[in-house]
Amino acid sequence: MTLVDFLQLDLVPMLAAILACVTCGLLGTLLLLTRNSMMGDAISHAVLPGIAAGFWITGTRASLPMVGGAIAAAVVAVALIGLVRRLARLEAGAAMGVVFSGMFALGLLMLVWSGADRVDLDVECVLYGILETLIWPAATGPASLFDPAALAALPSELLLLAGMFAVTVVALLLFWKELRLAAFDPAFGTVIGFDPRPVRALLMLLIAAACVAAFWAVGSILVIAALIGPPAIARLLTERYAAQFLLAALAGGAIAVAGYAVAALIPAALGAAQGFNAAGMIAVMAAVGFALATALSPFRASRRRRAAASRA
Amino acid sequence: MINADFLAALTFSLGHNAAVVVLGCAAFGLSAGLVGSFVLLRGRALIADVAAHATLPGVAAAFIGATLAGVDPRNLWLLMAGGAATAALGSLAVRAAAATGRVREDAAMALVLSSGFGLGVVLMSVVQSLPTGGQAGLAHFILGQAAGMSEAEAQALMILAAIAAGCALVLFNPLRALCFDEAFAASAGLPVRALDLALTALMLLVAVAGLRAVGLILVVALMVIPAVTARLLTERLSVMAPVAALVGAASGWVGASLSAAVPGLPTGAVVTVTACALFLLALFFSPTRGVIAAALGRAVMTWRIARDHALRGAWEELERKGSGADAPFAEAAIAEAWAWSAARMSAVSLALRRAGLWQRAAEPGFLRLTASGVDAARNVVRRHRVWEIYLTRAGGVRAFAAHRGADLIEHTLPPEVEAEVEAWLETADPDTARLAVPPPVEGARA
Amino acid sequence: MSTTASLPVPALSVRHLTVAYRDAPVLWEVGWATPPSGLVAIVGPNGAGKSTLIKAVLGLVPKLSGEVRIFGEPLAAVRRRVGYLPQRASVDWDFPATALDVVAMGRYPRAGWLRPLGRKEKGAARAALAEVGLSDFADRQIGQLSGGQQQRVFLARALALEADLYLMDEPFAGVDAATEKAIVSVLRRLADQGKAVVVVHHDLATAPHYFDHVLLLNLRAIAAGPMAEAFTPENLARAYGGRLSLLDQAVAAAAGAPGAAPRA
Repeated sequence: MTLVDFLQLDLVPMLAAILACVTCGLLGTLLLLTRNSMMGDAISHAVLPGIAAGFWITGTRASLPMVGGAIAAAVVAVALIGLVRRLARLEAGAAMGVVFSGMFALGLLMLVWSGADRVDLDVECVLYGILETLIWPAATGPASLFDPAALAALPSELLLLAGMFAVTVVALLLFWKELRLAAFDPAFGTVIGFDPRPVRALLMLLIAAACVAAFWAVGSILVIAALIGPPAIARLLTERYAAQFLLAALAGGAIAVAGYAVAALIPAALGAAQGFNAAGMIAVMAAVGFALATALSPFRASRRRRAAASRA
Repeated sequence: MINADFLAALTFSLGHNAAVVVLGCAAFGLSAGLVGSFVLLRGRALIADVAAHATLPGVAAAFIGATLAGVDPRNLWLLMAGGAATAALGSLAVRAAAATGRVREDAAMALVLSSGFGLGVVLMSVVQSLPTGGQAGLAHFILGQAAGMSEAEAQALMILAAIAAGCALVLFNPLRALCFDEAFAASAGLPVRALDLALTALMLLVAVAGLRAVGLILVVALMVIPAVTARLLTERLSVMAPVAALVGAASGWVGASLSAAVPGLPTGAVVTVTACALFLLALFFSPTRGVIAAALGRAVMTWRIARDHALRGAWEELERKGSGADAPFAEAAIAEAWAWSAARMSAVSLALRRAGLWQRAAEPGFLRLTASGVDAARNVVRRHRVWEIYLTRAGGVRAFAAHRGADLIEHTLPPEVEAEVEAWLETADPDTARLAVPPPVEGARA
Repeated sequence: MSTTASLPVPALSVRHLTVAYRDAPVLWEVGWATPPSGLVAIVGPNGAGKSTLIKAVLGLVPKLSGEVRIFGEPLAAVRRRVGYLPQRASVDWDFPATALDVVAMGRYPRAGWLRPLGRKEKGAARAALAEVGLSDFADRQIGQLSGGQQQRVFLARALALEADLYLMDEPFAGVDAATEKAIVSVLRRLADQGKAVVVVHHDLATAPHYFDHVLLLNLRAIAAGPMAEAFTPENLARAYGGRLSLLDQAVAAAAGAPGAAPRA
């Protein structure tokens, strides 16, 4: 494997995986802290019809209409989940199960009908992501990293991911204290004039947009690993709010690099003809990272004691 | 041609093989709906999703193992056994992770689901490099592909579905006890842990049975959507379970027919969308819990409360002034008594005029109860005050709590509760009971 | 004496307040007004609707009918003058936050939306934490505090709001005697500053000693007024209905209350 090979074949997929996992890890932290992890699963499935519709309209893979479609689908999903919960008097999990599986199925059919599956956007992409296809043929050497013409030829999926990352960081900083309040004690927030609803809505929109961006990297199903894996790892390593976000971002980057390395770089270096699926390996690395963090967690003793105390 | 083929498939006349496949999917839908009812009521819907996703590594590992051992890797029973093993491991992993208290159950589910599926995807990329060639067969386990199903596969599916349905029927009563009141079931001597295990086993059985037909991603859809559809239509499990089974069977039948007629369609998605259509019908048109029924019910309730309040306000205003029941009173006094805005008051006023309960008096801004209005107001005030007396004097709050079926206190008292309260007053305070309208209870009124 | 105390309007008044959770009515046509200032207890048996009353007043649960006024105005107009102390069990104490983080939430209204909390506001949060005696625990993760300390963190957060009317949902639940004493002295200090403090309270034995006014609630407002007038055995019997063991306790407590009617 030469440097040029790396630049052309591996740099962009790796960057895409890192950006996707870091962005999702940051947003997923708020889902984890509000015990809403499966909402990430629900949204990542439910955005599929929006993605399909966006693809239908524009015919390109990384477009704003697609993000818009996904956000619209997420809004519909959240509203429907609320409606089903209220009318059927069900716990959130069951209502989610109904809505996200139904919308996911609809999205699959839309993909097949539109013929999108034969061109650019196929069902396999939904399942496994298309990291391997994000190549940068314009790269000829390290100098390409500073060559405007070569940079302009970067896959647009990468730009979408970078944009999403920037938006996420800005939104988190801007709504830092509002998000914290809405996550910790929404009722108190309501009373003191910080209505948690718009903040929560913003979070759901960001997650929907992140799901579209990450869709290209890891596919629709494995987004959930990027959303929940990093924050779950971070939660075992810190008791601080800000550190939780930083560590989640770090863990996101780490599982992306480790997953991609084990799946593609190491087999290639060893001379294997074919690597493993990188998106799947990233999800596996999330579990490995979680197991490692469990073993290393500095809070084991204190938490166990507390759990015992609360049971007593 | 699609239409003709679809109709042929629906009527089982698209050839023997297609008929068997359609029947197999319908049988699977039936058992998924049945078992799903219990899974739903037990609050395990998402666990079922986790288990279904966790079958993938097992299926892929079984394929690899069989290839290495020189056995036919396409043996469906073998692949299903592998899937069942990892699915069971996955649900155990969630339970074990949540039991340590180190992660919440929601995060544990998300992690197991995604990393299990991820491992499956990795193993599938290994399968691809095996000499036995191609993962084509395995990919069908993800989204389902009824069209290419062999007769033997369809029969396997039907056998599994029959086992699941049979177990669910045999265990119907104990499982119902488990879902509705675990503590009671335990105190009644039922083996709660064994039952829970049995339900999990049934769930795994359905998940595995659904792999070839609808695919692992949408197995949860067929367990949850029919059950929720049935739940929208009825409260009773003895009705809900058969309705869910029916919805599931219908979805499987229609979905598999469509997908047999149009080979490219992922069966799981078609079946799920069919189930969703039935679900949406129930969501909107269910006579008890549908969107439309709920909106109507709310409107009726709002009107009843406003009407009762308006009548009582009128009566109490007249009582305060000491004038007769048909004397005029100021509309503003009612608005003031209930803190209603001008807009609300004029809406209520109009509605009561339309209902013939009151009319405009000669003086502007004044109203007067009609004859039927006087009767209605007397009833409303009497009912209200008898309740008041009952609640504050008889320590009736607890008795009242027993009647929580009552929608909204005085406005929709069930007749038997009203009769009971009247009977109580008759013995406790016959003098008051004889009054057409008892005096208001002195208490802490602002 | 601050200006609030001299205002004639009640700190909190409700009229015809009816609240139902699904099919079950929880509050039924409750009418009640507090004095402009002082310590007010809401007392009643379990499930009587005490917490619901506070939540309905704050708009946290929907009202079926009724009107709520705070200092004579609707809640939206006087939000900045209202403080709230929720039940301790209503939040996740495993949340990665320090005691100071939580108390600082009480200063958010001063900073406003989208602006970070300034040094001055952080100082005020520290001062509030000091007022409940937890200065040394400012950087402790909230899950590592004892139940009483967690309750005091919530109290400090309420104090940091610098409100004129406080609504507190069971601030004494699960705290030790020393903490209870500390909380009472803080409440007393608030009352002395002319603020109104409405507290959901469970313990009939201590109610007459801690509070000036009382509302006896059980689905309806059974009785309300100054402690000496309203906290009588008859009213308690009505509020506690047929629950005999509780009734005995209630009557005994009322008999021992300052100025209560002699044991009937």
